[in-house]
Amino acid sequence: MSARAPGHPPSRWSRRDFLKHSALAGGGLVLGVSLAAPATGPRTPGRPVSELNAWLRIGSDDSITMLVDRSEMGQGVYTALPMLIAEELEIDPARVRVVAAPVGDAYVNALNGGQVTGTSNSVPDAWEKLRKAGAQARLMLVAAAAQRFGVPASACQAAEGRVTASGRTATYGELAAAAARLPVPKDVKLKDPGQFRIIGRPQPRLDTPSKVDGTAEFGLDVRLPGMLYATVALAPQLGGRIQSIDAKAAEAMPGVRRVIASDTQAIVVADHFWQARKARDALTIRWAPGPNAQLDNAAIRARLLEAAKKPGLSALTSDDVAAPLKGGDAEKGLSQAAKRFEAVYELPMLAHATMEPMNCTADVKGSHCDLYVGTQVQSIAQAIAAEAAGLKPAQVDVHTTLLGGGFGRRLEVDFVPAAVIASKALGVPVKVVWTREDDMTNDYFRPPALEAVRAGLDAQGRLSAWALHVTSPSITARFDPTNKDPFDSVIEYVQNFPYAVANFGLNYTRQEIGIDVGYLRSVSHGPNCFAVESSIDELAQLAGKDPLAFRRELLAGKPRHLEVLRLAAERSQWGHPPAGHYQGIAFMEGYTSLIAQVAEVSIERGTLRVHRMTCVIDCGQTVNPRIIESQLESGMVYGLSAALWGDITVRNGQVQQRNFNAYRVLRLNETPQFDIHIVPSVGKPGGIGETGVPPIAPAVCNALYAATGKRVRSLPISAHGLA
Amino acid sequence: MAKFTLNGHEQAVDAAPDTPLLWVLRDHLGLTGTKYGCGMALCGACTVHLEGAPVRSCLLPLSAVEGKSITTIEGISADRSHAVQRAWIEIDVPQCGYCQSGQIMSAVALLKSNPSPSDAEIDAALSGNLCRCGTYARIRRAVHRAAELLRDGSGS
Repeated sequence: MSARAPGHPPSRWSRRDFLKHSALAGGGLVLGVSLAAPATGPRTPGRPVSELNAWLRIGSDDSITMLVDRSEMGQGVYTALPMLIAEELEIDPARVRVVAAPVGDAYVNALNGGQVTGTSNSVPDAWEKLRKAGAQARLMLVAAAAQRFGVPASACQAAEGRVTASGRTATYGELAAAAARLPVPKDVKLKDPGQFRIIGRPQPRLDTPSKVDGTAEFGLDVRLPGMLYATVALAPQLGGRIQSIDAKAAEAMPGVRRVIASDTQAIVVADHFWQARKARDALTIRWAPGPNAQLDNAAIRARLLEAAKKPGLSALTSDDVAAPLKGGDAEKGLSQAAKRFEAVYELPMLAHATMEPMNCTADVKGSHCDLYVGTQVQSIAQAIAAEAAGLKPAQVDVHTTLLGGGFGRRLEVDFVPAAVIASKALGVPVKVVWTREDDMTNDYFRPPALEAVRAGLDAQGRLSAWALHVTSPSITARFDPTNKDPFDSVIEYVQNFPYAVANFGLNYTRQEIGIDVGYLRSVSHGPNCFAVESSIDELAQLAGKDPLAFRRELLAGKPRHLEVLRLAAERSQWGHPPAGHYQGIAFMEGYTSLIAQVAEVSIERGTLRVHRMTCVIDCGQTVNPRIIESQLESGMVYGLSAALWGDITVRNGQVQQRNFNAYRVLRLNETPQFDIHIVPSVGKPGGIGETGVPPIAPAVCNALYAATGKRVRSLPISAHGLA
Repeated sequence: MAKFTLNGHEQAVDAAPDTPLLWVLRDHLGLTGTKYGCGMALCGACTVHLEGAPVRSCLLPLSAVEGKSITTIEGISADRSHAVQRAWIEIDVPQCGYCQSGQIMSAVALLKSNPSPSDAEIDAALSGNLCRCGTYARIRRAVHRAAELLRDGSGS
């Protein structure tokens, strides 16, 4: 990511900018204006608790509570972020009790421009900030101890939650009240990596115990006194609207309290979810089909193919394209190439399919609303709830629950207003639960894309030109329809095309398809990496070179990149798979990490089987290697599900996949063996939540080519009869 | 009024007989450890034990459990001391954690009938439990580890 001078307007609408603009588009709300509300969550009654800073509270009983301002959706922020504070605070992270932060200025993710969990940058954003917060708190505790002991601060030592000096000792709990009244030190020296005792070492996750006994509270588990349950009837066709509704039969059913209809949905409120769910079936709704009544996949594809005939807008004017890529001339390079290559890679729509379907609980009372929701965007959830309740954002308290998966789906807030509307109408708390079918058919899908690569080799078989032309609907245009900037988050990955090439091109043709699309885990990196790594493999073949050696040649002079490739080759025994097994490799430079994956596959009775995935990453300084390994396994499972079967299709405006029987995802018996290796590195921490996802599709398809001689240029692989 | 045994205690509940056990547990009885994922017995998030055998509670009507014994995630131990829970903690299996109650209930049932399962037997017993975070490799390891703890007699 390129640095940007203060005040310089963003040159494109990336995911990290979208919130500012969506909030503006939504009625002039500016994010982050509300003041930090006091932390919620239980404390020991009667025991004073002192706030050392926005993230840290220490009780006189020595309890340590940390407010985590990123959403825990499995990626481990409820462990990794407290570890950053604990390192400088000199405490055992196992002592920390984690609560979700409220909406507040202090909690804005500077890299995203809002209180947002996304873009795999929770640790990169927190890296300096939270270590500094931990160090400041430690210095304040030391200063308080120095006063108490009557010694200079330099005579005091902080370790394991207490301060000692010349034989005297006081716990942080004993010092916290006095420390909280002291000035916050401005200049603090942080530890050098060599001094780390917590960061970089495997630590148990702090949230695991609650996730093995059913006590972890997800949005779906929120229970409030007097709470009612609701579900919604949504348009069967995307974009459909209610023309007329007869709710008499539904309202007469046992337990049903109210049916509230708008032009886009009917909310059925009952004493229990199952009553609401049954009553929904008793509604008689006439739906106006809307603009997508005739829409199907063939029409979507035809639109994209037609649009792809236009050259699109060049993204090379953007500041975000790495400077070395701008020097050449793609057309000239292609015309002078000794060998030319062209291929179109095609990506389908995908659903996020979090395990926990969308849900939200609201409690509107007079001029206040409590919102309980698993969200990746606290301030946007607050703003939309306020709008639905007729309140100001500051009158809405957002209580973030654990997320039963996010993957970008919970960057959206479409499931929030119904709970607020129903709670306001009935005067009691209401939990709205979408069914799996609602969730899958009303997703903001990963946009479909055509990714056309043209490339050339010189007489020595070296890459002399490489150009990508993406045709796809825009995600960011949803948040700012007036945006004319060619750079869009559907081509974001290629701005850092890692390979040396004299003549580089990158064009984008925006073509809408009538369906709202959204950010899905790894966003552009998935489709773009498929096009890059598939084409590089094809070009290696055209050059008559080994795919790994070809990549190595293109990354010459980049030692970190080469080391990742070298280790991937070594650990996968590249070139020497077991008999009947075949290998394919893919590389990615993204989220300020470097990653290589080698897939080892076989074809059994005409079906692809992925046996083993070797994954090597250099993600800079690690915080918790145990979580990094989990996240890489996670990314590969998520990416492999999509590569093998992921395909959302539309017929007559209706999404055809409604549940996991039609939207197949990887199961335990289909999971390959993982061999993960983290390269020791001292660079700044890179992102990890999405990094494992993109390379697996091209790695597997490249292995499939090695096995069968068949190039799979469109996903999913199942559409080719191989999975 | 339906009556059944829930986690070792007699339980009476007033709900329509066609109400799936999942929603009886969650909404009527406040046991929210059992999760809703698909409503069609496709994902396993709602797995509980009926007379000791794993079942998907999202399709099991209340009328079908009359007089029967049900165990949920809340009932396998009072203090996370079951070997499967201890193995899950030791290996840090969960990520988002939403599917894990169902995974654990399937694993507990497997180890009761097969104290030393092979990889293939673990795959067969748990392939009905989806996990979108991709904790599968750790689940396999943790089931083996739980089997070890049980064999050593250190599990409950």
